[in-house]
Amino acid sequence: MNLTLNVWRQKGPEDAGRMVKYKVKDVSPDMSFLEMLDVLNERLILDGDDPIAFDHDCREGICGMCGMVINGVAHGEQVATTTCQLHMRHFEDGATITIEPWRAAPFPVVKDLVVDRSAFDRIIQAGGFISVPAGSAPDAHSVPVRKDDADAAFDAATCIGCGACVAACPNGSASLFTAAKITHLSLLPQGQPERLSRAKAMVEQMDAEGFGGCTNTGECTAVCPKGIPLDTIAKMNADFLKAN
Amino acid sequence: MTATIERGSATAPVTPATPPPTPVRKPGKKPTSFLGSSNGKKVVMAVTGAIMVSFLVLHMLGNLKIFAGRESFNEYAHWLRTLLEPFVPYRTVLTLLEIGLVAAVVLHMWAAISLARRAHKARPVKYVAKKSQATGYATHIMRWGGVTIVIFLVWHLLDLTFGVVNPKGFDSLPADRMIAGFDPTRWWVTLFYVVAVVMVGLHLRHGLWSMFQTLGWAAKRYQVLKPAAALLSAVLVVGFLAPPLAIMIGIVK
Repeated sequence: MNLTLNVWRQKGPEDAGRMVKYKVKDVSPDMSFLEMLDVLNERLILDGDDPIAFDHDCREGICGMCGMVINGVAHGEQVATTTCQLHMRHFEDGATITIEPWRAAPFPVVKDLVVDRSAFDRIIQAGGFISVPAGSAPDAHSVPVRKDDADAAFDAATCIGCGACVAACPNGSASLFTAAKITHLSLLPQGQPERLSRAKAMVEQMDAEGFGGCTNTGECTAVCPKGIPLDTIAKMNADFLKAN
Repeated sequence: MTATIERGSATAPVTPATPPPTPVRKPGKKPTSFLGSSNGKKVVMAVTGAIMVSFLVLHMLGNLKIFAGRESFNEYAHWLRTLLEPFVPYRTVLTLLEIGLVAAVVLHMWAAISLARRAHKARPVKYVAKKSQATGYATHIMRWGGVTIVIFLVWHLLDLTFGVVNPKGFDSLPADRMIAGFDPTRWWVTLFYVVAVVMVGLHLRHGLWSMFQTLGWAAKRYQVLKPAAALLSAVLVVGFLAPPLAIMIGIVK
């Protein structure tokens, strides 16, 4: 496969940045998207150029590090897939691919396609935990949980914090991320004591970071690699209202 | 597997080998009030929206009285003005309702503008390419749809409430204004009205469901409330379009 890439290059946080065109030849359809970028980067290094910086870690779709907007869609057009799990076979030979970083004021670009997602960490720090004396793990069935709740809590807990929801949202809102983190605790008995104060603190931190408000467009859930449902946001809103 | 890459026509400039500076972020100021928070503003949107929808339902039912004849429609208009008389003066209840509605419109717009500005600030650098993945046309026209509805509202009040742009003028019976307003010779008014009502319907289709979501009701009843919002919007559109279209084609005279 031969491809033309339009990639966002930005030397550092203060640089204005620009789109730069690269031609990539003989790409195997079996490569992942990141492997294709690796190949390009090796070439750039040999040529004495600066390789394209992008975040990645596990490359098996579970860590949440990778993420870029590919042809206008966070993580690319394949549904429920992280960038590392997206393969070149889904692109046509000779295609032009536009690659951009997540765009949001609370996610400043560090370099090229790498953005600083510490804002998410601060939202978690504001209340995304349960304050209990830790010890050895309790027996699995010592605290009964309804099956429906366990399933919904697990679904919410699959959020890997990649930030695709923010990238896709027309308002740059972090509601889906925050709601997933709030919901996976609020559905379980362990999360009940701090349920309302958690929702209030995390929503307020989300605002303080400069994320936009939710207008229920559903863009977030459409690109979420874990398919976190939109009703988590309704659950967050309900808890936030009760807390006020 | 071998892969060779040709250098592109343009290449990225090489940065000097300095460690990438860690972006310094000021800890944001926490919003002090409920109404200052994005969720609080959404609640304002939802509650004021609900007030306006309740009004629209009553307004639609009132309009349908034209099918029962001019007298019935005029009596209803008179009844609205003489509600609770003689305990309160003429037009007290109606005036209070009007004040409430104006307040709802103003607050709804305030919250919308404030949230839109916040959203604008949250994405200072726009995407070169951005493709929508969510389904639904209604979602994308909320803000401009709202502006369109306000413009329509101004015309609508001038036409049928104050009679400024109505052939019958202000000193006329409501039913006369309505029937003259949608006369076949003024087909362009009816067309404008139809477009505006459809816009209202689309606005409500997303707005109503959004209200359920904001107030947290959609958490468990997602599958029921989304179609319910669409159904109520459709009922309102049909109910509001029936009288003017009936007048235009001469069913109501």
